Amino acid sequence: MSATLAIETKDLGRIYKLRGNKKEARKELVALEGVNLTVERGELFGLLGPNGAGKTTLIKILTTLLSPTSGWARVAGADVNTEPDAVRPRINMVSGGESSGYGLLTVRENLWMFSQFYGVPSKEANERIEALLEMVGMKDRMHTKSSDLSTGLRQKMNIVRGFLTQPEVLFLDEPTLGLDVGAMRDVRKFILDWLKADKERTLLLTTHYMMEAEELCDRVAIINKGRVLACDKPSVLKHRLQKDALFEIEVSPLNGLTQQMLVDQPEVTKAAVTETETGAKLSLSLVEESALARVINLFTQKDVKVMNLTKRQPTLEDVFVDLVGRSMAEEEQHGQPEA
Amino acid sequence: MAAWLGWVIESNWTDPFLFAVYSIVKPISGAAILVIMYGIISQGNYDNALFPYIYLGNAFYIYVGAVMTGVSWAVVDDREHYKTLKYMYIAPIYIPLYLLGRGVARFITGSIAVFITLAAGILFLNVKINFAEVDWLLFFVTLILGVVMLALLGLLLAGITLTVARHEGFIGEATAGALYIFSGAVFPLDVLPEWIRPIGYFMPTTYWLELLRRSLVGNVAQAFPTLASFSNLEILGILFGLSLFFGTISIWVFKICDARARELGLIDRTTNY
Ligand SMILES: Nc1ncnc2c1ncn2[C@@H]1O[C@H](COP(=O)(O)OP(=O)(O)OP(=O)(O)O)[C@@H](O)[C@H]1O
Ligand SMILES: [Mg+2]
Repeated sequence: MSATLAIETKDLGRIYKLRGNKKEARKELVALEGVNLTVERGELFGLLGPNGAGKTTLIKILTTLLSPTSGWARVAGADVNTEPDAVRPRINMVSGGESSGYGLLTVRENLWMFSQFYGVPSKEANERIEALLEMVGMKDRMHTKSSDLSTGLRQKMNIVRGFLTQPEVLFLDEPTLGLDVGAMRDVRKFILDWLKADKERTLLLTTHYMMEAEELCDRVAIINKGRVLACDKPSVLKHRLQKDALFEIEVSPLNGLTQQMLVDQPEVTKAAVTETETGAKLSLSLVEESALARVINLFTQKDVKVMNLTKRQPTLEDVFVDLVGRSMAEEEQHGQPEA
Repeated sequence: MAAWLGWVIESNWTDPFLFAVYSIVKPISGAAILVIMYGIISQGNYDNALFPYIYLGNAFYIYVGAVMTGVSWAVVDDREHYKTLKYMYIAPIYIPLYLLGRGVARFITGSIAVFITLAAGILFLNVKINFAEVDWLLFFVTLILGVVMLALLGLLLAGITLTVARHEGFIGEATAGALYIFSGAVFPLDVLPEWIRPIGYFMPTTYWLELLRRSLVGNVAQAFPTLASFSNLEILGILFGLSLFFGTISIWVFKICDARARELGLIDRTTNY
């Protein structure tokens, strides 16, 4: 059992055929290309990427909802495309940011019904439901019709549905999307507790919250435009950038100082400028700390005053910028392939 | 399990008034309109064999709309409305069985409507059934066989529904409408132009309705030439054969459609209905 991998993909690809107008030729959209991943049992694995990166597509393939157009994938030891019946009893999936469920049924009934599909004995199912609802702070809502729940609570119910069947491999697609800060924290803690309870349990989650991936995941794959750009422990990914020194500087109005002028300085590898009410915020990446003196010098020339200066550790966001060449937010604005 | 879910969904008891309207008032008023139309056309001749033919055909046709469309509608409902189809899909259950289960619930609610329509016909609308002459065995055998057949036809439609991302709601209704015409529900097949009739002869529903009529009103139903030359047993045989044929095709088509839906990524597709 533990010898086999939880998830394994080989040159996995997915192309969507888009139906255009009759006149136009049929367009193809490459949603995934050449994805090779392995996830060990017991791992909390994160897929991190901007909108349209292909995260959901990958999850759909791994959960037998969608067939790949090239390559193969195995989950819990079975091929998702040719042996879906062997995969299904061992997995479960939750997509965040949508409210599903039978509104006419109560929370308990909704959950109980799904547990029955997985053959959980009725009594045990009820015990699990109670315990899980308790953990997400929804026990008092057990007998509420799910149509009467708020969107956030319905999402929590949906998350409980995923955990209820105690899958070997659980897929969470943006589980915290749309939740408030408190609920987000609850869910993250819940995920970690659940994994701790049995070290054979594997969980794959997608997110585009950098912090979430960094805090939770044992390993992270950074994915953009259908390709996996890097895959490793967050600390290792960040370590690759350690040679650069990162500074956040708050300054008074720029007086004509431009981003280009900063990058033109030798030893300044990256510079991002955001204007603020009081002036500007600069985010600099320097080859060597000594280069800071040169930047300060430039400020003095332009009569720009430094109000705050912090040196910071690299984050996954920096890793993303390093790999893709721009921030994830920028990528989401510009990089969308038209659908 | 699936039947229980279907039951809860179909019989929305939270609104008993709506439920009553849907399952009682609607079928009765439909039948009443038919009776009035018949009354006008035949100038009040309710003793003609055509009258019970029409009335019973119409009453039992309720099952077609209920069970067949019920099964295929479950796909639309779960996919678009409850957004649970994908979760059903990845669960270790045999999806056709789940969908058929949803049909069982429709069978129960449909039965209420059929029963009420028949009762109303007998009590108020001049429909004459001599209970001493009713062939109960034939009736129930036919009814059960027919409902299974309808559920399997529903599965065929469900498969097609899976692969269609738009206007999928109409598939069930359109098929039910077409069957209404081709199965001799409210008029004998002889009324149709000759070249269209073979479609009716190929539909199991034609034989199903005919047998139900025969079991309830006996020879009156045989007064029409369409199937008069066949004995009850022969028709039952044909019904069984056709049901088997369509049932096999349904399961096969569903399998193909299911694979196709996975290829196209349609299982969790929503269309902002
Ligand atoms: N059914 C579909 N038909 C055609 N194209 C699709 C379909 N589903 C997704 N796509 C396209 O495939 C690409 C990847 O989509 P996917 O949903 O996997 O991204 P994602 O990483 O989950 O993004 P998000 O963060 O927005 O959820 C996108 O460009 C999307 O437009
Ligand atoms: Mg997504």
